[in-house]
Amino acid sequence: MSDTQAPETVVLTVNGKQIEAKPGELVIDAAERNGTYIPRFCYHPRMEPVGMCRMCIVEIDTGRGPALQPACMIPVAPDMVVDTESEVTKKAQDGVLEFLLINHPLDCPVCDKGGECPLQDQTMSYGPGESRMVEEKRHYAKPIPISDLVALDRERCILCDRCTRFAKDVAGDTLIHFQDRGNQTQVNTFPDHPFASYFSGNTVQICPVGALTASPYRFKARPWDLDQVESTCTTCSVGCRTLVQSSRNEVLRYQGVDVDPVNWGWLCDKGRFDFQAVNSEDRLGAPLVRNGASLAPAGWGPALTKAAAALREADPDRIAVLGGARLTNESAYAWAKLAKGVIGTDHVDAQLGDGLPAEVVLGLPRATIDQACAPGGTVLLLGPDLKEELPVLFLRLRHAVTHDKVAVVELAPRRSAVSDLATTTLLHRPGAEGEVVAALLAGGGREAGGIEPDALAAAAALLERGPVTVVLGRSNLADTGAGVVAAAAAIHEAHPEVRFLSALRRGNVHGALDMGLAPGLLPGRTTLDDGGQWFRDAGWANVPRTRGLDASGILAAAAGGKVDVLVLVGADPLADFPDTGLATRALAGARTVIAVDLFLTPSAQQADVVLAAAGYAEVDGTTTNLEGRVSTVTRKITPPGTARADWMIAAELARLLGADLGLASAEEILAEIEATAPSHAGLTPELLRSHAARDGVLVPLSVDEPAPAPEEVSSTEGAAPSGPAQEGESDSGVTEGAAEAAVAAEAADDSGDRQAAEADATTAQAADAVGDAPEEPAAPTAPTRPVLVTFSGGASTAAPAPDAYSLRLVATRKLYDLGTAVQHSPSLAGLVTENAVHLHPHDFDRLGIDAGATVTLTAAAGSIQLPAVPDAHVPRGSAAVLAFQGSPAVGQLISAGTAVTDVRVERS
Amino acid sequence: MAVTDAAPIITTRFGHDDGHTIERYLATGGYEGLKAALAKSPTAVGEEVKAASLLGRGGAGFPAGTKWGFCPPGVWPRYLVVNGDESEPGTYKDRLLMERDPHQLIEGVLIACYAIGAAQAFLYVRGEMALAQERIAQALNDAYAAGYIGKGILGSDFSVDVVLHWGAGAYIVGEETALIESLEGNRGMPRLKPPYFPAAKGLYMQPTVVNNVETLSNLPWIMNNGGTRFAELGAETSRGTRMFAVSGHVKNPGVYEVEFGVTTFRDLIFAPVYGGGMRDGNSLKAFIPGGASAPWFYEEHLDLPLEAGAVGKAGSMLGSGAIVVMDDTTDAVKAAWRVVRFFARESCGKCTPCREGTTWLEKIMRRIVDGQGRPEDVGLLLDVCDNISPGIAWPPKQTTICPLGPSAVSPIASAIVRFQDEFIAYCGGTAESPVAINGKAYIAKPSEVAGV
Amino acid sequence: MARFSEVNLKTAGEIISRYPRPKSALIPLLHLAQEQDGYVADDAMEHIAELLGVTPAEVLGTCSFYEMFKREPVGDYLVNVCTNIACMLLGGEELLHHLEGKLGIKAGSTTSDGKFTLEDVECIAACTEAPCLQVNYRYHYKVTPDGADALIDDLRAGRRAHEVPKHGTLARIRQQIPADKRAGNAVPGEAGEPVWITRANAAAATAEGGAG
Ligand SMILES: Cc1cc2nc3c(=O)[nH]c(=O)nc-3n(C[C@H](O)[C@H](O)[C@H](O)COP(=O)(O)O)c2cc1C
Ligand code: SF4
Ligand code: FES
Repeated sequence: MSDTQAPETVVLTVNGKQIEAKPGELVIDAAERNGTYIPRFCYHPRMEPVGMCRMCIVEIDTGRGPALQPACMIPVAPDMVVDTESEVTKKAQDGVLEFLLINHPLDCPVCDKGGECPLQDQTMSYGPGESRMVEEKRHYAKPIPISDLVALDRERCILCDRCTRFAKDVAGDTLIHFQDRGNQTQVNTFPDHPFASYFSGNTVQICPVGALTASPYRFKARPWDLDQVESTCTTCSVGCRTLVQSSRNEVLRYQGVDVDPVNWGWLCDKGRFDFQAVNSEDRLGAPLVRNGASLAPAGWGPALTKAAAALREADPDRIAVLGGARLTNESAYAWAKLAKGVIGTDHVDAQLGDGLPAEVVLGLPRATIDQACAPGGTVLLLGPDLKEELPVLFLRLRHAVTHDKVAVVELAPRRSAVSDLATTTLLHRPGAEGEVVAALLAGGGREAGGIEPDALAAAAALLERGPVTVVLGRSNLADTGAGVVAAAAAIHEAHPEVRFLSALRRGNVHGALDMGLAPGLLPGRTTLDDGGQWFRDAGWANVPRTRGLDASGILAAAAGGKVDVLVLVGADPLADFPDTGLATRALAGARTVIAVDLFLTPSAQQADVVLAAAGYAEVDGTTTNLEGRVSTVTRKITPPGTARADWMIAAELARLLGADLGLASAEEILAEIEATAPSHAGLTPELLRSHAARDGVLVPLSVDEPAPAPEEVSSTEGAAPSGPAQEGESDSGVTEGAAEAAVAAEAADDSGDRQAAEADATTAQAADAVGDAPEEPAAPTAPTRPVLVTFSGGASTAAPAPDAYSLRLVATRKLYDLGTAVQHSPSLAGLVTENAVHLHPHDFDRLGIDAGATVTLTAAAGSIQLPAVPDAHVPRGSAAVLAFQGSPAVGQLISAGTAVTDVRVERS
Repeated sequence: MAVTDAAPIITTRFGHDDGHTIERYLATGGYEGLKAALAKSPTAVGEEVKAASLLGRGGAGFPAGTKWGFCPPGVWPRYLVVNGDESEPGTYKDRLLMERDPHQLIEGVLIACYAIGAAQAFLYVRGEMALAQERIAQALNDAYAAGYIGKGILGSDFSVDVVLHWGAGAYIVGEETALIESLEGNRGMPRLKPPYFPAAKGLYMQPTVVNNVETLSNLPWIMNNGGTRFAELGAETSRGTRMFAVSGHVKNPGVYEVEFGVTTFRDLIFAPVYGGGMRDGNSLKAFIPGGASAPWFYEEHLDLPLEAGAVGKAGSMLGSGAIVVMDDTTDAVKAAWRVVRFFARESCGKCTPCREGTTWLEKIMRRIVDGQGRPEDVGLLLDVCDNISPGIAWPPKQTTICPLGPSAVSPIASAIVRFQDEFIAYCGGTAESPVAINGKAYIAKPSEVAGV
Repeated sequence: MARFSEVNLKTAGEIISRYPRPKSALIPLLHLAQEQDGYVADDAMEHIAELLGVTPAEVLGTCSFYEMFKREPVGDYLVNVCTNIACMLLGGEELLHHLEGKLGIKAGSTTSDGKFTLEDVECIAACTEAPCLQVNYRYHYKVTPDGADALIDDLRAGRRAHEVPKHGTLARIRQQIPADKRAGNAVPGEAGEPVWITRANAAAATAEGGAG
């Protein structure tokens, strides 16, 4: 599909007109691209066709005379003659429609799908009048719940096999299936095995009738009451494109939008149903100000004044800002400008000890999802369970494995959902990623991190197989992530051509880091050293000169009484920082706490000033996904009460501090980002608004290219130039040129001609790679933009060996956790699973405990009690728990900054 | 017009009570055909079968030798799948071959595997046929023990496992692509051809030859006597002998192996050595020449030879060699309803027109038989038929994946066209009112309707 | 006891081992479950799912497609009367109604004593022996009303136990493939061109070479 040489086309005739199609393209698609829509029910462009519903049958003549054939199953062929309007075709299609209707209930007026129902529409446009069937219709018990989120009405089902195909082929959760036969055929689950899939909502969206309905939406509204805007999901960092649909200023539904490089129309159930949190009763509608023990509602004036006063009085080095991953890029930029440009502190971190150093995320050659999933490649997973943390990336990877022969090598401290896809899963000792990767790069053959030599050798061989993409993130919140960093450094050094796909989970964490909400960095992926002057020249008066503290450092400082003002911008350390003890001490230790949030989170409850922020679907702006793809988020409803956009709050505070951020609208901010942030050169509001940018735009605009061959690396590092040699290349002129390419690519892509698109892109990029001058003369922009940050790694820090009595702790996340999105979405809150400690069966005997028994886990930081579950998916010597999953908080066992967490497990 | 004296080829051991044992089989020339085959090259064996012009006996009547040639070269492994799912109403021959002479079938399977290069064969027996399964299991066990199956057969480098598999009650599984789905452990829902022609993308998407039990049972004889000797019997495209089950209102219903292509329907139905004529001196009303899917024939077709081409031209098919005879006491409407009910019950449910259409047809027919018919029902029936099989022509066009749906059209169209008066008796209305579909008046121009 | 017994688990293993892909053993394993319990219980399907590495929903999807699999217990004797065209012409329906009377139940139901289940079935490939029926899939040909009565009485009195095993048992002989005789499964992606084909092609090639 995605070979880059220009494909020859197939010419066929549709209704007398000659049309051009791609080789292998299905008649139904070729016809549609050329303006002839063939009706269909079972066909879905993202799934294997089954040709069941027969609605798309048309007369096709391949030389042996016209015959009725399903257009969804037949690939185009030269000189094929298709007639979608012949008498025979029409009669047959009308017949199929009548057949579909004879047993279909006429309950459109009370059906959720009414108004957006293909069956209804077909019937209106082609269908017969009243039914010719006088006999009894087929009957089933009315809607049955097939999961907590989805109900099934079998009388409405037309057996198109879409939901069942999705469950099996796309999600890999074959929990719904055709049952019985012939006219009795029905879709159903196995008794007492509900359709508990993280992706079940997609089946509701692709059901061509009202058979599947989502309980969070059922009867909420009729399609004609809804109006909608396109936006981007920020529940996690995959950045799925969505439709936000609302009625009477209330968000009622999200639908997936098919974006080729990202989500293909799919959403996970968390992202789909957490709209309920937007409408939550608990949303903050006004600021709160502490008087004595309690927080009282206050006007913005007093609240902001109080906050500003605290900031004014404090020495910049005793001010810290935590958070930002919830924000749009524009708000993140405004907050960076406030913190680093106005206040002058570098104690700023958008991550909460659960991520990776910003240099690692921004400074390594980055991969796109498409590059990671390119046919025949190999993915090295050095990160979390993608199904739990980045669900739709999991779907893309699953498709790459099942359809495109992509091999996955998984390095993890416990088995995950990805393990079922992986060619090999190496279960290593927590924190041992560095040693394991070192051994891998050495070709395996020796034991490392608890993995057998030959297993390592086999994996090493796989990595030789084809282009490798590393998916990089945190697979364990009970270590510091130093192992992963060391591993990444080693790989980059040994194979500079290898690209990395970030697997950090928080909604817009990548945008926040891009905008400089991290210690040592400034907007546009540049460092204090490289970019300080540039930004001072751009009017950032107080850019700090020395690197500040990261989240752990900030909290430690606060705990030690060294922080006067702690600003939490959508950050809730008490609930959301791995080391609960430290977070608690920090909030107690900080003199003044200012919280900017949507909800009165546990941390906000400790604050002195709480500023009510506008959230998702309430603000316009852009967000950046884990690829570095910038796409728009759109305001659909007004925020509750007087809640405001985060960037406005920053601007207000700046004003009260006597500075003018000079930012009056999201669009203005975007324009300033384009002008000042090196990595965002060329990302103009116009470009983003252009139809071509519908799929989002990758920044920097020249990185979207096939993984370069090693010798090209230095020049292609134009993406992330390191050293004066590249400065010429990274000037805006070249990037502009690339912008053309990128847009040209997207534009062509948009016209459906993907190969052509990639052709353009690559030629333009090739030109770029060899540093040719672009067609457009470079716009003179002096002084030269600062270079982008690069990561050259640090020394591998091997974790100390565990002592014989302890187990090494592995703390991972589940999709449904105690985060605000889930907790304030009633239909999701109930899906949070109970916590437990999983141990290898062998360790049960060793420790003399029995399955199910409650055990005490004791670490240096503290101790908690949990039920113990035998689980062969956990390697011997490790203890696996869920982070952020109910009380007792696992965070009580974790001490930030210690390499790994060892625990004693005893009968309690 | 010819009751020929051609000697039987595949029913020779039916006379023996122990025809199913390996002892009897070996005592009567068993596994000699396999030895003969192993002495030739696989290609040469294929040529013999081509020379025999052995038509498939499962229904579609496709030449076996040619089909074998469709396997794409160089794609391995290949499989042989034996279709022993015999369930077409009126069809009764494969079960006899499996119960009475299982070794003959197994020998045929081995010969076919050797020729096409199949490294594994699956013998799919209909689920309801417990005795056949038992006999084949025993025969396989004995043949393995005697070294005719398995590793290094008869000391040669030819090795193949023959695996007994059995169904669980679903007529559609007789259709070759559904059979393959079923053999993969799935619901027996047919695949679209193209692209899923078994020879190209069959079992596990590998090249797969699907052959009927009777087809394969001919191979030992062909190997022993040569393809040309086989082709000397019969006429036109239809060579050798063939088994026909003559059932219904004849004096002696039975399964008869007769010379293919020359024997006529009249011979089979009336000759004393075969059907022996109508029971109780009644007269012939109609007969189904090739299983429930086949359009009906009437007196005027009696002298047609049992020859695929001729029968096809006359608007029906020999199908699976099932001749169901109806005398003048038969209620044509009820008979048609019963056949339609079969297809409605057996639709796999994949295609809308078949799933919904056959059930609807059955409901209408039942209503008519129950005395609730309306004059417009005849037209409605034909129009629904037309939506399942556009034009109600022969061979049938289809809006479906496989021919099951369109098969439900045959009995209705046949009955309506020939016995419209009986429908009128049930539904009212008059013969004058032409039954129109697609602008064609079927009663006025019966020749456009299947089987006439 | 609806999961497989020890001995059946062993049999299941043998059956699975005969197929290039485990799921192909699904229908035979469902039969094995029905042979064990007289019907296919949900636990049995879950057990089969475990053995084949598929989900219970997939097992049920296949199970429910095929008539012979009963998901509820049926009578000790399943009496299937053919009423398809050939039998209908010779009194198949009358025979069915006669048996309904004799057993005092409608087709599709089971006698209160749990002994008989009566079913109205499609063609069972004995058309020349019409009207015919099967008891637990054992044939009875040209059945007269009296013959039917006698048959039912015999079954009730246990006089046919030797020829009619309990419902669920099909073939009483199983295929056994001796380990030393096995050619082995032809697994897609593993099995290549068979040796006898390679040898024959080589021979043909040299023959031509010799000729030319
Ligand atoms: C609905 C349907 C049912 C069929 N049933 C059978 C059957 O029971 N036995 C059989 O051998 N072929 C049956 N066939 C034909 C098979 O699809 C296939 O053509 C045949 O098994 C090929 O073997 P042959 O070439 O030796 O005849 C059926 C076809 C259809 C469309
Ligand atoms: S025509 Fe009927 S039986 Fe054949 S595939 Fe379609 S639905 Fe199944
Ligand atoms: S859309 Fe082609 S058959 Fe359903």
